[in-house]
Amino acid sequence: MSNGLKTLMNGILKENPTFVLVLGMCPTLATTTSAINGMSMGLATMFVLICSNVVISLLKNLIPDKVRIPAFIVVIATFVTLVQLLMQAYLPAIYDVLGLFIPLIVVNCIVLGRAEAFAAKNSVGLSALDGIGMGLGFTLALTLLGAVRELLGTGSCFGLPVFPENYGALVFVLAPGAFIALAYLMVIINKLQKK
Amino acid sequence: MVYFLIFISAIFVNNIVLSQFLGICPFLGVSKKIDTAMGMSAAVIFVLTLATVVTYLLQMLLIKWGLEFLQTILFILIIAALVQMIEIILKKISPALYQALGVFLPLITTNCCILGVAILVANGTEKLPMGAEHGMLTGTLFAFATAVGFGLALVLFAGIREQLSMNKVPEAMKGTPIALLTAGLLAMAFMGFSGVV
Repeated sequence: MSNGLKTLMNGILKENPTFVLVLGMCPTLATTTSAINGMSMGLATMFVLICSNVVISLLKNLIPDKVRIPAFIVVIATFVTLVQLLMQAYLPAIYDVLGLFIPLIVVNCIVLGRAEAFAAKNSVGLSALDGIGMGLGFTLALTLLGAVRELLGTGSCFGLPVFPENYGALVFVLAPGAFIALAYLMVIINKLQKK
Repeated sequence: MVYFLIFISAIFVNNIVLSQFLGICPFLGVSKKIDTAMGMSAAVIFVLTLATVVTYLLQMLLIKWGLEFLQTILFILIIAALVQMIEIILKKISPALYQALGVFLPLITTNCCILGVAILVANGTEKLPMGAEHGMLTGTLFAFATAVGFGLALVLFAGIREQLSMNKVPEAMKGTPIALLTAGLLAMAFMGFSGVV
């Protein structure tokens, strides 16, 4: 397998940010009340991740080692502000739902973690691929969790009804359901990996 | 009375971790022992209250100059600088307190409940009980109460996890899954408070 493909797949499967690295739990639990919400949060994070990875890997030789963390945070915060303004302008409905969690991408450990662990050491192309891989892994995990919670909680999937709403267990849309659904998804994934 | 209700609301009804999902990372990360949980809680109470006051004042300046779009960038930088400053001052003034909180201070910069609460209060969108007005005093009280709520959830959770570590857990559930499941049950217990305020 070529190096690029390996980097790309690494984020999706082997080092999936949610299920394997357990990073960025706050948006994972808070925004996955439905599959669409989870997916939009994942895509917003992915955009920031790719852009910040590319810019940081371009600047890696210019940033002095001592101030690298604040410098990374400024780069990340710039792209987060960009996403915030773009979403406010073009996708106001989704922006209202995700609300506070869009500015909070700044403190998402995945973004800073990848900047520090990968983009600061690798070439621009590889860093971009790493951003895409990690972003896809995060988006897939959030969409999956959102779909499970939506299905169990309201009986629909991506807004399409699957079974009557009366049979849904509302608790899965509320706070405790987020913890429990993610816990069982992790158990299933652990089981599958053992085989 | 209203101030009392702010406390009840922020600690129990709208608990920052268990119903608002902010600060989950330290909640899962430093909850293996009650001692470390206490240290982390104390550090969060200290930093969150201070950071909220400072960012609230900064937001007034930003509005005055029409620079609201810089909110995210400036807030995170201010919080990072504030944490550094607290660390330096504590080291000089109170080495004992520094000993207790020192390890946790650098971790706090990336704790999303600090930035989250700062943004909520600065935008005047924090959840207050009926009759309370958004402002500097209520915002600060809200931040303090929220941090106490974080501490309560963290210490409770650490207590449960200490007990849990002595029990047999199915192989696939070890580590994060069982912790999440425990947090889910704790969140369910806190749901019982909804509607109190």
